[in-house]
Amino acid sequence: MARADADGSRSGRHLHEAALKRQHAREQWSILSLVVPATIVIVLIILIPLSWLFYLSFLGDNGGFSLENYHKMTQYKSYYRIFVTTFQVSILTTLACIALGYPLAFFLAQLPPRWAGVFMLAVLLPFWTSLLVRTYAWLVLLQKRGILNEFAMQVGLWETPIKLVHNMTGTLIGMAHIMLPFLILPLYNAMRKIDKDMMHAAANLGANPINAFWRVYFPLSLPGMVAGSLIVFVLCLGFYVTPAVLGGGRVIMVSNQITAILENQFDWGAASALGVVLLVATTFTLYVAARLFRFDAALFGRD
Amino acid sequence: MTWWSRPAADTQITHGSRLWLYVLSAIIMLLLVAPTLIVVPMSFSDSQYLEFPPSIWSLRWYEEYLGSAKWMRATATSFQVGFLTMLVATPLGIMAAYALFVSRHRATRAIFLLLITPMIVPVILIAIGTFYAYGRVGMNNTIAGLVLAHSALALPIAIIVITAGLRSYDLSQEQVARSLGATRTKAFFLITLPQIRFSVITAALLSFLTSFDEVIIAIFVSGGANATLTKHMFAALRDYIDPTIAAISTIMVILSSALLLLTQFLGSKGRGN
Amino acid sequence: MDSRLKLSFAVTDAPQGTTALPIEIRDLTKRYGSVYALNSVDLDVHSGEFLTLLGPSGSGKTTLLMAIAGFNRPDSGSIRFGEDEVILTPPHKREVGMVFQSYALFPHMNVAENIGFPLKLRGISGAERATRVEEALETIQLSGFGARNIDQLSGGQRQRVALARAFVFGPRILLMDEPLSALDKKLRERMQIELKHLHRKLGVTTVYVTHDQREALTMSDRIAVINDGELVQLDTPEVIYNSPANAFVADFIGESTMLPLTRDDAGALSFRGQKVGDAGTDQSKDWTLVVRPERLFFAGAGAETDDQTIVLKGVMREAVFQGESEMALVAIDDDTEVAVRFGTGGRASPAGGNTGDQVSIGLDRTDVIIIPGGQAA
Ligand SMILES: Nc1ncnc2c1ncn2[C@@H]1O[C@H](COP(=O)(O)OP(=O)(O)OP(=O)(O)O)[C@@H](O)[C@H]1O
Ligand SMILES: [Mg+2]
Repeated sequence: MARADADGSRSGRHLHEAALKRQHAREQWSILSLVVPATIVIVLIILIPLSWLFYLSFLGDNGGFSLENYHKMTQYKSYYRIFVTTFQVSILTTLACIALGYPLAFFLAQLPPRWAGVFMLAVLLPFWTSLLVRTYAWLVLLQKRGILNEFAMQVGLWETPIKLVHNMTGTLIGMAHIMLPFLILPLYNAMRKIDKDMMHAAANLGANPINAFWRVYFPLSLPGMVAGSLIVFVLCLGFYVTPAVLGGGRVIMVSNQITAILENQFDWGAASALGVVLLVATTFTLYVAARLFRFDAALFGRD
Repeated sequence: MTWWSRPAADTQITHGSRLWLYVLSAIIMLLLVAPTLIVVPMSFSDSQYLEFPPSIWSLRWYEEYLGSAKWMRATATSFQVGFLTMLVATPLGIMAAYALFVSRHRATRAIFLLLITPMIVPVILIAIGTFYAYGRVGMNNTIAGLVLAHSALALPIAIIVITAGLRSYDLSQEQVARSLGATRTKAFFLITLPQIRFSVITAALLSFLTSFDEVIIAIFVSGGANATLTKHMFAALRDYIDPTIAAISTIMVILSSALLLLTQFLGSKGRGN
Repeated sequence: MDSRLKLSFAVTDAPQGTTALPIEIRDLTKRYGSVYALNSVDLDVHSGEFLTLLGPSGSGKTTLLMAIAGFNRPDSGSIRFGEDEVILTPPHKREVGMVFQSYALFPHMNVAENIGFPLKLRGISGAERATRVEEALETIQLSGFGARNIDQLSGGQRQRVALARAFVFGPRILLMDEPLSALDKKLRERMQIELKHLHRKLGVTTVYVTHDQREALTMSDRIAVINDGELVQLDTPEVIYNSPANAFVADFIGESTMLPLTRDDAGALSFRGQKVGDAGTDQSKDWTLVVRPERLFFAGAGAETDDQTIVLKGVMREAVFQGESEMALVAIDDDTEVAVRFGTGGRASPAGGNTGDQVSIGLDRTDVIIIPGGQAA
């Protein structure tokens, strides 16, 4: 490659240089102007309201700057419990999703693409169905006289109806079901990209199937699993509907608490402060993970 | 050699020794699908308590739903808001995705990150934030306010889906069109848009569903005559198990399944050529 | 051969008076960061000629072509089509036909719609459009293919449709970026000839990009050799091949062995004490003798250098059979090997014969190529 000389171009005639520069700038701006409407929507709905909440969270009772809203969080035991519950639910849900999602993603990735597409509908159908509907379905399934209890008692698994809903168990079951597609989709995509020749080579080098899996396949599928787990974990942190319905007031996560504060005390400062903490936890998790694993924007999906 | 003892993968493992995987996968798929579908037969039960299978079949809960002014009103609102959200998010998403795709400006990465923040920020924050801000400008309980908030949620999805479409499209087609005499705008509408049409349709359907299924923002900023279906459903769920919800759920499951199958069909057609 | 002679032939041969235009490029510069993709390029493309941009990968060929088409905005410079300055003209107003490596046919349109697209944009409708599309299809020998879909065409057919779409609206200039590189060798060679024919017929000024030197030599009226964003040499294929301007061109075009020369105070250039030429007024210190394998021949055992022939002595290292010809490697000293190519038809079998034999190789003085500068890096 020809390097730049000290004085720039060789002849230095610079024909039309200024006009070309102007034209370039004009074109750049006319292209970028296409993002303006979308940006306005995001600014109006996300940026301005969030900044407002941020501001409110630092507003003391006397109307001046204060950390009292954050201070409260460290004082009351109830806040501590909420954070513990939130992380507990998020981690357990993520683990459940990995345990259920990995085998299924593996199974799908081994199928010929045609069949994988058909079986994939089993993952996509819940993914596309309203989460409220799915939460409702679990509420019905898990209730005291619901199908699950009836079935278990008929087969003789247990004698009297067990309380499966309006508690932690119900919440976890519902959330794992709702989150499972978010783990399977990126994981499946990562598995599809694993080179078949690599597994072939491993087999030819004498690795037995189990060895070949753990030594070759599993490490290669890890980035997809990390991306999927991360999406699940982060979405769980901010979850609201499922714990509210299936937790029956016994599983209070950060989002539920924020709503409760607003409903009962109408304390915007406290609610905002809690929201800021939730946002920081979410961004921090994503930032660290992005740093550690350099995963792509596989963030796909909706709450 | 029977299917049983044939190798299943490149590691020579046989289908037989993989049987556990097939069984396990079948169970997991059942767990994924069954809870969504089980409400369908239940909604046709005559009983006040949801039974499966129903002892007496009836359309009682559908009549209840169709006969209720409250539910009808909410359904209309949800469709209206979903439709308007689709009309806002899709063109805005196309414009933004296209600009970010062709622009080489330094700011594109930052703008992209800004535009996908609605995916990262917990929805509860968006909900209370807009609730607060709308309170200031009197936009709570309005259709416009809800559409705007739902558009923000739908935009990142639309942008990502359309960008994926642009990635698998050969941009030199647009250049050829321009060299043949089309302006950039004309080249986009005559050449680029027809070829990313499946992504655009998918983006539109997803935008609609995002709004139609959205609960949390609706709980906060919709209300009165403009309360959405999901807001009423959520309220009903928290208090008691109303079988009418089963009927509504069935309708929603059918709607999203139809949209899903439509995108799958369009997608396979899109890949075909 | 005089390229202008060829040119006038081409123009008079043009059918419906397509107005070919010359291209005049001045001081064209394009930087990517600190890298010059184009460094102050001056280039004149004559009206109606077939000019090839030839250079290694990353030399700036595509950048130059895209600048002519208007898709790549240079940092500075001037591009004229005839009298008109077009450097600031948007692509859709340049009236330039373009063929990409990927063909970039529109898959949602059939063959006729693809070819009719530029006509439609120009408001040519109905019957006239259909006639012109039909004519274009005839020109590319695909009559009756109009209703086909793009995915029903072979690679070569797609190539021709892309071409028809690029010339159907009578552009003043035709640009092609490695249009044949996706085709297999046989088809590529046939398409080279077809393209050449088509160019004669249309008489349109054509700029063609390739990194295949054989393709460039086959097709071009003139070749512009580009390296590192600079124009290295611009001339007819014969001159480029027979009198490369420097070691880069000599090395890049055709096969060659480079031998360093010594220069005495009087300016005489010699190789191992045998005078091969004169430096003339050029004061360069380093000089190189370029020998093409096919210009060397095996001389008799007793042959000596004289007025007509330069003779080098060496040892036969190896002979490799290559089908229509055979390549021998002769070591003229411990670390210099010279390649000699000779036909496999009876008469010209190697005088030296077997590996290890002493051989003499001869070079006519008229075939001597001397270039200033050291050997190519
Ligand atoms: N968009 C770009 N950004 C940065 N550098 C670029 C860009 N386009 C081209 N370059 C650089 O400019 C130089 C010339 O590129 P160009 O594509 O013109 O080469 P080329 O001669 O067409 O090569 P090839 O034969 O491989 O197609 C290369 O060094 C390339 O890396
Ligand atoms: Mg190139």
